[in-house]
Amino acid sequence: MIRSEILREIAPILRDQLIVCNIGLPSQELHIIDDQPSNFYMLGTMGLSSSIGLGLALAQDKTVISIDGDGSVLTNLGTLPTIANNVANNFILLIIDNGSYGSTGDQPTYAGKLTKLEAVATACGCENVVTCQDVDTGKVLQAAIDSKQMTIIVSKCDSGNIKLPVITKDPVVIRDRFMTAVAS
Amino acid sequence: MSIDKRIVDDLVANDVSFVTTVPCKQLAGVIEEVDARPEIFHIPSNKEDEGMGLCAGAWMGGKRPAIIMQNTAIGVTINTLATLIQYYRMPLPMIISYRGELREPVACQVEMAVHTKALLNQMNIPTYHFHKESDAAELDAILKYTFMCNKPVAILTDASFWGGYGDQ
Repeated sequence: MIRSEILREIAPILRDQLIVCNIGLPSQELHIIDDQPSNFYMLGTMGLSSSIGLGLALAQDKTVISIDGDGSVLTNLGTLPTIANNVANNFILLIIDNGSYGSTGDQPTYAGKLTKLEAVATACGCENVVTCQDVDTGKVLQAAIDSKQMTIIVSKCDSGNIKLPVITKDPVVIRDRFMTAVAS
Repeated sequence: MSIDKRIVDDLVANDVSFVTTVPCKQLAGVIEEVDARPEIFHIPSNKEDEGMGLCAGAWMGGKRPAIIMQNTAIGVTINTLATLIQYYRMPLPMIISYRGELREPVACQVEMAVHTKALLNQMNIPTYHFHKESDAAELDAILKYTFMCNKPVAILTDASFWGGYGDQ
């Protein structure tokens, strides 16, 4: 499976939760597959999906899922110790690990070579780190939500993209409707 | 009352309850005070752009955030300020140790000090420079202004404000 196929499959699970979605194609895909006010689309700032999601989870009680990529986690690797040391049991970091920088032309990442993000997360002190195959992402994600334990999921999938339009929604509109969903 | 306590009192009085920090010798007392206050959730970050992400999330979750950092980090956070904090119109008080100003003992700190105000100006970030201890009287109004207009605001606190580095 490629990332967009995973997102299509887990969309029914995502729509009931607060989602912080990574820059570029992941946000464009989620926006086309199942646009919800409870989705915060990142239009810039590569790497900060996990940080925004953790801040949000620490500030309120609803479940927050940050959808991230292996390349973006590598960009902001300092996020993993911060997550490990500030446990929010309503926070799930879903790393869709296709071993490549999808939005920029599928250049390989180090996660697709020798670096194992699940081992990095564990070494940083994260307690619930689950590695799964693409087809099992929905099952693992639902189990993480039900467990009410902070969980890092590394979902291994194939590299590849579908052609999509960019998101033209105004960022303040995205943010405002998201905050209304958070507060509702 | 110490200046550290007064600064953190102003944060608490303005309902700032989520503070991320990157260590700094000048701001060590403020960081210690932030950590000690039950009204504030203190979350140290490894890098300032990460810290701004945490603050953005906390604000969308209903908490008022602040970041405590050094001015060298303006060089690290330009993209995050432009594409996250400003683009989505979010408030962010930045309490900044202004290294490289008068009484600075480390020459390299001057290299970012000379760019600090120019960068903040280029970013259209409202900037306040605390040089004397009495300047801190404006902090309460600056915090109210930040959360009124939903913008990042820089508060530069230099070595003279902190009374030097203790070795002069």
